Amino acid sequence: MEMMAIKARQETAGIGKYLAFWLGREEFAVPVERIREIIPWQEITPVPQAAAYILGVINLRGRVVPVMDLRQRLGMHMLERGARACIVVMQPDKGCARSPIGVVVDGVSEVLQIQRSEVEETAALGNGSMQMGYVNQIAKNRGKVKLLLEIDSVLAGQKDAAGEPGTLELAGRGSE
Amino acid sequence: MRREAQLLQLLDGVIGGVFTPALANAGMAERRQLRQLVEQTAACAKELTLEHTEASALRLAVLLEPEKTGFDFQERLEEEAEQLQCLAERELEARLAAEAPPVAGPGMPWGDFVLEAREHLANIEQEILRLERAPEDSEAVHALFRSFHTIKGLAAIAGIETARKVAHQTESLLDDVREGRRPVSGVLIGLALASADFLGEVVSAAEQLDRGEAVTIPEDADELLSQLYGAAQAENKAVAVAAPRRTSTAGSRKTTGSAVKVDTAKLDQLVDLAGELVIAQSLVQLDPELASIKEPKTIKNLNHLGRITTELQKTAMSLRVVPIGQTFRRMARVFRDILLESNKMAVLETSGEDAELDRTIVEQLADPLMHMIRNAVDHGLEFPDERERAGKPAEGRVRLAASHQSGHVVIEVSDDGRGLDQERILHKALERNLVKEQAQLAPAEILELIFQPGFSTSEEVTSISGRGVGMDVVRRELEKLRGRVEVRSEAGKGTTFLLRVPLTLAIIDALVVRHSNHRFILPLNAVREILQPGAQTIYTVEDRHEVALLRDRVVPVVRMESLLGDSVASRREGVLRPSSDSVLVVVEAGSKRVALPVDEVQGKQEVVIKSLGEWMGRIRGVAGGAILGDGSVGIILDLDGLMGKEGYGLAA
Repeated sequence: MEMMAIKARQETAGIGKYLAFWLGREEFAVPVERIREIIPWQEITPVPQAAAYILGVINLRGRVVPVMDLRQRLGMHMLERGARACIVVMQPDKGCARSPIGVVVDGVSEVLQIQRSEVEETAALGNGSMQMGYVNQIAKNRGKVKLLLEIDSVLAGQKDAAGEPGTLELAGRGSE
Repeated sequence: MRREAQLLQLLDGVIGGVFTPALANAGMAERRQLRQLVEQTAACAKELTLEHTEASALRLAVLLEPEKTGFDFQERLEEEAEQLQCLAERELEARLAAEAPPVAGPGMPWGDFVLEAREHLANIEQEILRLERAPEDSEAVHALFRSFHTIKGLAAIAGIETARKVAHQTESLLDDVREGRRPVSGVLIGLALASADFLGEVVSAAEQLDRGEAVTIPEDADELLSQLYGAAQAENKAVAVAAPRRTSTAGSRKTTGSAVKVDTAKLDQLVDLAGELVIAQSLVQLDPELASIKEPKTIKNLNHLGRITTELQKTAMSLRVVPIGQTFRRMARVFRDILLESNKMAVLETSGEDAELDRTIVEQLADPLMHMIRNAVDHGLEFPDERERAGKPAEGRVRLAASHQSGHVVIEVSDDGRGLDQERILHKALERNLVKEQAQLAPAEILELIFQPGFSTSEEVTSISGRGVGMDVVRRELEKLRGRVEVRSEAGKGTTFLLRVPLTLAIIDALVVRHSNHRFILPLNAVREILQPGAQTIYTVEDRHEVALLRDRVVPVVRMESLLGDSVASRREGVLRPSSDSVLVVVEAGSKRVALPVDEVQGKQEVVIKSLGEWMGRIRGVAGGAILGDGSVGIILDLDGLMGKEGYGLAA
């Protein structure tokens, strides 16, 4: 089972065009076909009772789109928002809802071509501050390391978190 | 297979050519061309060994000989062409049935089948009911025949053999009627309805398959089929007095308006973009730089742009709207079925079918309406002898009427039956502990009791009404649609239910309030009053609860920060500090009144409700988002949801 999953990943992931962006000092990459657009930072309307990593919603050309704080989602340290911070609007897999999601990153770096030969499994990787399961592969490209973000797992599962208040950080509130 | 396809193509050409209004006056060249087409059709039919088709095509070819003219030329031509089409389809059908039927494999695209079949099924029900009322209506027979015919074709393509057979048999019966060989009878109508029901089940199953659910297409139609065969065999010698002979071929070919099918997602996107255009346009219009321009031509152009923008938005919004008539027609069917089971006599009157409503509302009204129609027949109407004793006509009357009233549609469901029995209602309510013994209730309040959860007056559970749902469910459904339901009743005269629903779910009248540095949108229909509290308005009770004293009425005060939780507050710059309490908005939510202190009321406006995206899921207390005039997003609060569950320690 495990072997098959890894095999499948090797065959599908790690090839093609990626968008790389910064999150703190780490550089992450996401396949470009999952990126709808990159928009500058803008005022975000907070949503009551939403999960902690949901910053709120924005107006994307008449459409209300949720925005996620990727740092918080990945369990990374909070930092002041820098001048290059922007919102990358991503397209979740059709498995979950097809509405787009904004993801706040510290800055977009480049669009690059990643070869399969450059990709390595990083099952053992997992530094203390980052949640496991979101990065399973890294790509070494021109001497630099990019973490390939498992964007589907990052974007999935929101429904349970936000839809059932009382499961996450709201658990304490419900018993008031 | 190629030959068959070719034949159908040729037929299309022939039919198209014959039904050109100008053929009679057309030149010889066109006529020759058409004749060649007919001859090719004949040849093709011969190859396929479709005898009758070939014969008919040859007859048509003869008709098209240059010397044939005359006053009834066109009519004869059209008749022959229709016959040709009919024969060809029937013979092709038989041929295909003889060969191995196509097999529907998993992963078949059922979507098209479902979409088209649904449409025809809706049409079928409507036409059957029309036919029942007016058996000599040949238009209805034609329409029915065509719809069953199309479904048969669809089923054949999808490889659903049983459905194809059912449709085919029904079609044959209708064909006899069409040709005047068989009168319209109760049996025939019953069978047609039964077929439509079976096909409906098939379509529903296909729809589920399309969604990826594991179901099987219903195949068990043996009884229905044997009934259909039986009816077809029965030599029905009764001569139809008004045999529905086709009146005019041209008339039967007319289509009802022209329409295209559009994906609702695209529709929503169009509405979104139109809304955004309005905002962008207003930003341009209000731009101070532009406002300083005095050039008349520029001003004129800007105004023109504004008008077009508004018009575009209106049109976009109207795309989501459908007439309520389609739901009424479904109700006519329900009514008929219930009446048959009930041994009562009644007619259903409908009016206002043209009233237009948001598609979602129309769809969601079906269940409450169905329930109320059942109630009207089952509980409202008396049996014929009872009615006669009361000096009323034996035949009861149930009315279903829709009308526009100031931004809402009001649907009336009324009967002229026995009316609601106030004493019995009160008795039941006491029994169920819904009211206190000593309560003094006005008649209207007693009637209101039927909407209480756990109340149901039906003493005998019938197969029809005894479904375990009461009027409380109806009320709840209506509230979901931001509508209301009221009841009026007079003993011996009848009962009237009035359902009031908004025209659209997409737009609400809203109150925009500011609290700290957040803006929230409250649905205006929940707002009871807005006032500026004096020093003596808000009290603290037992050091815990705050209450407001409004005209000697104690109303609990609920702070936004406690309603919305810390999640909003701690998140960003704005910690939600206690508001300055400069304004109290009194809202009614979940049948409780509460006062919300806010910093400022920014105004009343119409807002378009947008979902926060499926991805966010349902958040209790949030009805959605709306894009405000400045382009930012405001959160629309769902007050019922916010207060309902936990109650926030409010005394009821």
